[in-house]
Amino acid sequence: MKLFPIRGGIHPDYRKERTSEKAIVALPMPSALYIPLQQHIGAPAEVLVAEGELVKKGQMIARSGGAVSSPQHAPSSGRIMAVTEVAAPHPSGLAQSTIILETDGKDEWGDLPEPIADPFTVDPHVIHDRVAQAGIVGMGGAAFPSAVKLNLGTQKKLEILLLNGAECEPYLTCDDRVMREYPDEVIDGARIMAHALGTPRVVIGIEQNKPQAIDIMTRAASAFPNVEVVGVPVQYPMGSERHLVQAITGLETPVRKLTADLGIVVHNVATARAVHHAIRFGRPLVARVVTVSGGAIREPNNILTPIGARVADLVEFCGGFAARPESVVNGGPMMGQPLPSLEVPVVKGTSGILALTAEEINDRPASACIRCGSCVTICPCGLSPVDMAAFVRKDNLEGAARLGVMDCFSCGSCSWVCPSHIPLVHYFNYAKGMLNDLDRELRKNEHVKALVEARTQRLEKAAEAKRAALAARKPASDNAPSSTSGEAKTATEEKANA
Amino acid sequence: MSIATITKSGPFAHATNSVQKTMFTVLLALAPATAFNLYLFGWPAILLFTVTVGACVAVEAACLALADRPVVATLSDYSAVLTGWLLAMSLPPWAPWWIGVLGAVFAIGLAKHAFGGLGQNVFNPAMVGRTVMLVSFPVVMTAWVMPHPLFSSGAPGLFEAFAITFGGHMPDAVSAASALGHIKTELSRHIPVTQSMADVPGLMDMMLGYRAGSLGETSAILILAGGLFLMSKRIISWHIPLSVMGGLFLMAAIFHAVDPARFASGSFHLVSGATFLGAFFIATDYVTSPVSKKGQLIFGLGCGVLIWLIRTFAGYPEGVAFAVLLMNGLAPIIDQYTRPRAFGRTGKGEPLPLGKEKS
Repeated sequence: MKLFPIRGGIHPDYRKERTSEKAIVALPMPSALYIPLQQHIGAPAEVLVAEGELVKKGQMIARSGGAVSSPQHAPSSGRIMAVTEVAAPHPSGLAQSTIILETDGKDEWGDLPEPIADPFTVDPHVIHDRVAQAGIVGMGGAAFPSAVKLNLGTQKKLEILLLNGAECEPYLTCDDRVMREYPDEVIDGARIMAHALGTPRVVIGIEQNKPQAIDIMTRAASAFPNVEVVGVPVQYPMGSERHLVQAITGLETPVRKLTADLGIVVHNVATARAVHHAIRFGRPLVARVVTVSGGAIREPNNILTPIGARVADLVEFCGGFAARPESVVNGGPMMGQPLPSLEVPVVKGTSGILALTAEEINDRPASACIRCGSCVTICPCGLSPVDMAAFVRKDNLEGAARLGVMDCFSCGSCSWVCPSHIPLVHYFNYAKGMLNDLDRELRKNEHVKALVEARTQRLEKAAEAKRAALAARKPASDNAPSSTSGEAKTATEEKANA
Repeated sequence: MSIATITKSGPFAHATNSVQKTMFTVLLALAPATAFNLYLFGWPAILLFTVTVGACVAVEAACLALADRPVVATLSDYSAVLTGWLLAMSLPPWAPWWIGVLGAVFAIGLAKHAFGGLGQNVFNPAMVGRTVMLVSFPVVMTAWVMPHPLFSSGAPGLFEAFAITFGGHMPDAVSAASALGHIKTELSRHIPVTQSMADVPGLMDMMLGYRAGSLGETSAILILAGGLFLMSKRIISWHIPLSVMGGLFLMAAIFHAVDPARFASGSFHLVSGATFLGAFFIATDYVTSPVSKKGQLIFGLGCGVLIWLIRTFAGYPEGVAFAVLLMNGLAPIIDQYTRPRAFGRTGKGEPLPLGKEKS
């Protein structure tokens, strides 16, 4: 298959060999699970259980909180200990509403929805509803509710379901292992999703540094003429949705558009497997494979983890720390988020937990920019980080926005390559946050202004009507003075109300 | 802004490169050509080289101390050493010590620190140093000598060298004209290029460096080797060197074809003067050249054309320093107009129309 080049990108040390040959092992069920109500993009889920209630594995314990939301299910059987505030797996460490489940060790499944016997003959909305019910979200890290994305077929004519198995982040091997150990489940899930989306073709993109996965998946896909496995070049950030679409189809997604506008929907390979489980067995998403790695971890591993297990449980299972970790990261080292502590739960979007030593991170104090232009050369979005950073440093956010800082998706390539170790992504995240705040403020102000204007008009109209009524009632000679007083009164009224 | 106070966001991985490593690699790339030329021009050149690099480091230290910046930490980025090195390479090899010292003051003090230090300067510091010296002391700055290899007969010993560098005793007999200078002088006496070319060293000697010229510019081959080394290390890309030499060669070749008596050939322009040094080591200076590849091509082409124009029509026989400085001044504007096209946008920054195929 002909591939297309993508712009820029980097070739970091992948360090995947630490876990790529480690078969997936299940984490012993922790005594308590912490299930946050918001593990996805969109509205938080709404709690369905009360303290003390007994639940079975797979039972829905919080329902979808809106059109873009996702329910939560009990990852094991046990008793609800509390619904309370617990630190979120987020750099802020802020507390978040969380259901705490005390497991009973039996891990008993509850009543599950019936499997869909022949998913390729049912109406797409049946698949969509099941995926929504199963609480499946994008497992590549973004955690966008998958059902919403599966619905795109009803609005647009779609050509390709692109399954993202690029796994371009260093260290991470969870998708690699899932593809190597469960190729048939992944491909079955993908075909079901393709049916739901109405796409005639399924393309599975895998970076060429995973030859076994490519090989196994190609063999598994050979039975299906419309499923194709493609080895894509090893080039970070190949796993970015827009870049993978460009590499495979040559199509460049315009800004503020979706890949779906080009007829392509991208889903992660682990998501496809979760769909397989939901459709064929009625099982909701209650566990995922997490790569636990990094120089500070004694025995790195790929671990099948129930949602809600604490990061500390995973670290302990891996033999604890062999060295002092400088940072513990949720996700890959390039785009992952630092974790404030180990007492936070694994959520549906957690692909990796990395305990990295200072040596691996190799961060140094920033020195002066020497304008080497490396950041411009490697930016996969075609931006000029050097110039944007200069604006952000002076807090000239408008200037940074003009240069396209909002187009940056924080892939981290510029920070990685910078010889002066300038934290460019940090600058851009700051700018994006501030610009979003400003935008929200602006929209709020406009809304208030519109309301005030509408009110003024309404008052004027009322005054007008009053005047007209008065004029009609009184004789013509008295008209002038009374109308003046009427106007004065309206003015005072308005002043008081303002 | 409050970036410093909160935890830094990712990435949690970094390449192993650093400013110090970059500068050191450039020094390494310059070393063979420098060593060979120091050998060719002997003890006076070694003394001048030492004085110039030393002066640059001293001025840098003084400026850093004045600005209350960390002195030792910043000096160890080698940028001042590199500036001093390039400045020394652009001076006549037997020039007196004060040329190096004064050049250092202008290069580091004026061109670099007055603008805010490393990364902030608009103009190439070494070239500012050289140009100020050339304009202020044209006689001293054009006193060329033919190579007097170390320990060869007639080469000055260490004591004579001290007299030359620190005593101002330039022996009269050794002076020679650079090839570019020679042709220019002869042209002014109405002797055509075709005839004066007979007196300049052959193409091979010019390539190897056995000719009169600045301290470090004469060995085109060794400079080329250093440049290729830098490319292999991905410190520089081909864009600037190739466009500088391409621009110069093209202009020279076209005009040479039209009137060989008036205009020297393209290959002569390439191997003479500081063409190679300029193309690989001076025009490629990160700070003072554009950041985008497209911008670098325009910048290099401009340098090449300007070098030829200055060599051919201006009062000075050599134009690399002037050409680079002129293009330095344009670099920020070039940068503004050559920003890469953003993903998903047209060159004008508008969202791409749907369905447009890019390959």
